[in-house]
Amino acid sequence: MMAGKAQDLHIPEPSIRPGGEPDFSRIDLSRPGSARRPPVDIDAAEIRDLAFGLIRVLDLDGDAFGEWDPQLSPEQLRNGLRAMMLTRAYDERMMRMQRQGKASFYMKSTGEEAVAVAATLALRKSDMCFPTYRQQGILIARDWPIVDMMNQVYSNSADRLKGRQMPVFYSSREAGFFSISGNLGTQYSQAVGWAMGAALDGDERIASAWIGEGATAEGDFHYALTFASVYQAPVILNIVNNQWAISTFAGIAGAERSTFASRGLGVGIPSLRVDGNDYLAVYAATSWAAGRARAGHGPTVIESFTYRVEGHSSSDDPSRYRPSQEPSEWPLGDPVDRLKRHLLRAGLWTEAEHETLWAELDEQVRQAGKEAERHGMLKHGARSDPASMFEDVFREIPPHLLEQRNEAGF
Amino acid sequence: MPGMSMIEAINDALDVALARRREVVIFGQDVGFFGGVFRATENLQHRYGKSRVFDAPISEGGIVGAAVGLGAYGKRPVIEIQFADYIYPATDQLISEAARLRYRSAGEWWCPITVRAPYGGGIYGGQTHSQSPEGIFSHVAGLKTVIPSTPSDAKGLLLAAIEDDDPVLFFEPKRLYNGPFDGHHDSPVTTWTGHPDAEVAEGFYTVPLGSARIARPGQDVTILAYGTMVHVAIAAAAEAGLDAEVIDLRTLVPLDTGTIFNSVLKTGHCAIVHEATRTSGFGAELAALVQRHCFYALEAPIERITGWDTPYPHAFEWEYFPGPARIAETLRRMVESR
Repeated sequence: MMAGKAQDLHIPEPSIRPGGEPDFSRIDLSRPGSARRPPVDIDAAEIRDLAFGLIRVLDLDGDAFGEWDPQLSPEQLRNGLRAMMLTRAYDERMMRMQRQGKASFYMKSTGEEAVAVAATLALRKSDMCFPTYRQQGILIARDWPIVDMMNQVYSNSADRLKGRQMPVFYSSREAGFFSISGNLGTQYSQAVGWAMGAALDGDERIASAWIGEGATAEGDFHYALTFASVYQAPVILNIVNNQWAISTFAGIAGAERSTFASRGLGVGIPSLRVDGNDYLAVYAATSWAAGRARAGHGPTVIESFTYRVEGHSSSDDPSRYRPSQEPSEWPLGDPVDRLKRHLLRAGLWTEAEHETLWAELDEQVRQAGKEAERHGMLKHGARSDPASMFEDVFREIPPHLLEQRNEAGF
Repeated sequence: MPGMSMIEAINDALDVALARRREVVIFGQDVGFFGGVFRATENLQHRYGKSRVFDAPISEGGIVGAAVGLGAYGKRPVIEIQFADYIYPATDQLISEAARLRYRSAGEWWCPITVRAPYGGGIYGGQTHSQSPEGIFSHVAGLKTVIPSTPSDAKGLLLAAIEDDDPVLFFEPKRLYNGPFDGHHDSPVTTWTGHPDAEVAEGFYTVPLGSARIARPGQDVTILAYGTMVHVAIAAAAEAGLDAEVIDLRTLVPLDTGTIFNSVLKTGHCAIVHEATRTSGFGAELAALVQRHCFYALEAPIERITGWDTPYPHAFEWEYFPGPARIAETLRRMVESR
């Protein structure tokens, strides 16, 4: 060990800042297929290594290896690819619409599509998701109409949330997609509570929650891990380590000393660390965790190691704090591209089919966009009746809010 | 109708709620096997089983966060925060989540949770076992705030809170758990035995949220109070020799403004008493409402008799506490000024 000064406050700093050459040499990329797949009733202490390594199935050429290969059918593979591509096409259009002033704000999930799509398609449709703002892929994987999502982004007259939430803070009870909060991490302990309810009722449904690596520093992350462990709640606790929390790199959230998956080990929760850009690895880890939960073995922590390709949001400019060529040099590639290669290698897909699908999805998004815009946009056209802003504060509107509604002139 | 202390009435309400609704679950620190540090959940785990009444980690944020999730699932959690002073780690879950879930999802999700917390001073609890944080929560859109002052109200209001489909903060004046308290801390302790409001009806009943109670009818001056201070105000008025009308608000949100305004329009005087610190306290809201709606009937400035704007000091509890002498002095001054 290097001897430091007796007292020296350590302020973590990313290895490279703008102007420098991206450096991913410190990233330990294990060989695809090298991780063992333990039985679902394993103790956390016996699989500590899986919280520090990286479960990978696909190599960068698209071949699948090892025990974690989920052996998906051609149809399942193509469905997954389609959902990821639709998510990307949707993101591309909505960010463009934001740039054109049609929406106040937008957040893309580029490069992180597998973390939402694979982790959803490995669940049952009746399972309950507690997402962050970057898992629009959950809704898309569950075939939720994208026009409904657009209506929310535009806060227009067809927005089911009645213009009350910022863009991308979706909610869909029907799709098992919990209302998104802007306060980071709060959904984590709520997911555990929901799963506790399911366990109390002997329900077969399980809960799955997502959190960013940055928000693992919030109290709710630790409350959730403690409660999940104490009550052995049937919940999957996903940590999306995309390495950036707005401008702060993962070291500020504690990545220099341990992995985020290892946080689960301290409370005895079996914890996996997976290649989040590997559709098959994310799918397999989720299936394993869901199997554990449904068999009564309790919670699982899954860190999906990925990379936030775009800015945090439409309000962010990542070139101010990281080299702008960093995204293209990220060594674990792109989840869409990697799953496509896998399908090509297996003879289940062609370049022509891929191009046709892109065109088809772009057209689908374009048509949905035209339909959504007919219902209005935040600053143009129709929106919900402003009188509705006094509703749903409580189940019944209390007298003081009725008075205020009158005072407001509605 | 058996006589009950307030803590017994609360225990009875929880018992009734557990029997009545399968979806009621109770959890919190020490509430399971032990039955709670104030005995509010005594015997309930034994009677209803560990899946209905169970202990929680020392994690107020986790308790409320889990309750929000359980509520969204379809349960009706009744959780205990051991002291209201400990509720602050849970404020994000209460203020940003429970209070807004129905609104932000346009009614798709809601959490019918009841958060019970012993509050207030008078037990030498120092600054971390004496606080009255109701004003923090009454300020939040989407939360209901309830504070009983008698055993029979405690049961009826708690059952109403549990039946309610919105999140309710239920602050229990712990100085009243075992007996009424008129603020004379050096007098012998009295129990609820024989007190008319300790007659608690059996079985299920509710006291509707948003209905105040005229605790003592009178003509000279209106005193607005809740919790422990209802009893202190009644004693103070008697000591001041005034025929005061003491209104027990019972719920701060929703607030029964009709009962308040009718009284002040009649008496022309309004004193507000609470144990919480004064600045931005609930008394400020009451004063604003009364001046707006009763301005031309007022014969003297509205007065607030409250805890001082300091933390609750252990050794100076009775100098801090807005006791009968301070209230009586203010009442006399108000009436003399006419």
